[in-house]
Amino acid sequence: MDEIFDDIERWIGSGEKVAIARVVDIEGSGPRDPGAAMAVNARGEVAGSVSGGCVEGAVVGEAIELLEGRRKAGITSFGYSDDEAFAVGLTCGGTIHLFIEELDW
Amino acid sequence: MSSIYERFRDSIRSEVPVALATLIEGSEVGAKLLIEESGTSFGSLGGEALDRVVSRDAIAMLEAGVSQVRHYGPEGEARQQELSVFIECHARRPHLVIFGAVDFTRALASQGKLLGFRVTVCDAREVFATRRRFPMADEVVVDWPDRLLERVGNDLGPRDAVCVLTHDAKFDVPAIVGALPTRVGYLGAMGSRKTHQKRVERLLEEGVTPSELGRVRSPIGLDIGGRTPEETAVSIVAEIIAMRTGRSAPSLSEGKGSIH
Repeated sequence: MDEIFDDIERWIGSGEKVAIARVVDIEGSGPRDPGAAMAVNARGEVAGSVSGGCVEGAVVGEAIELLEGRRKAGITSFGYSDDEAFAVGLTCGGTIHLFIEELDW
Repeated sequence: MSSIYERFRDSIRSEVPVALATLIEGSEVGAKLLIEESGTSFGSLGGEALDRVVSRDAIAMLEAGVSQVRHYGPEGEARQQELSVFIECHARRPHLVIFGAVDFTRALASQGKLLGFRVTVCDAREVFATRRRFPMADEVVVDWPDRLLERVGNDLGPRDAVCVLTHDAKFDVPAIVGALPTRVGYLGAMGSRKTHQKRVERLLEEGVTPSELGRVRSPIGLDIGGRTPEETAVSIVAEIIAMRTGRSAPSLSEGKGSIH
């Protein structure tokens, strides 16, 4: 988490809302261990990562929905996606469970 | 008063071990409890009994350095599933102690830093053990190995490593004898098979038992054909990782199992 604090400080300092997504569990092969975190502001700027780049784009969407009040804090999971489905997922075949919440604590 | 986030951030930045518990399934999703190594906590997950049980679990997890989801009943009961709590642990950095302020030490200290170790370089010869030669190390100590280990040995655990690079029996023997009674996860000693054979004889004379000798990795490192100090350092840190994960370290392309 250490690497994302500077960006978070800057965003909070300028009065922006911040969402945090953290890996809480992985099943099978996953690129990052539980505890890996990324922060997103309402403009879609990102600090940190929760996978090897496979799901970050979708997480930004979820984070913006959260900050705009269109979804609640909670668990979001991403599983395997094959090339034909074009769905968001991990190409490595694992499932990743993220907890997404606003940084208001 | 500081918020939980500010306390959490400050602990991580100043490298004070800390655990953050977040209720991720249950009635008060997002509730937080911050737990320090001493047992002091801030915030609440919604009930005193639950907070007490989660604090106890978090302190144990902090020592092991793992982060994971735990399940509890409403009052913190084990073997119940109503509540899911993600306990994120920020443990102390693992410690790499390198004995011998030689050329190989520079490369190993840099590799250790890359992997997130707190690196201590120790040598009894003050002309070698200088901050100028090892600017990457967290500390450079001029002392005898056994005396340093008397001070730090009790703090060494399964995530830590001791590497003995002097290949001079005068330093190696007290370093290995001093490291064997500790709980250190990795203990390696540099030297050829011939050097190590002589060292084994000295260690046995010192009263080290054959089963204790089984803990000493020597010649040090994995067999990747490394020759330069940098290549050797890679082979040593690779062995440290493999020892921690319990892997035998062949190429992944030659295996079939899970890669993590």
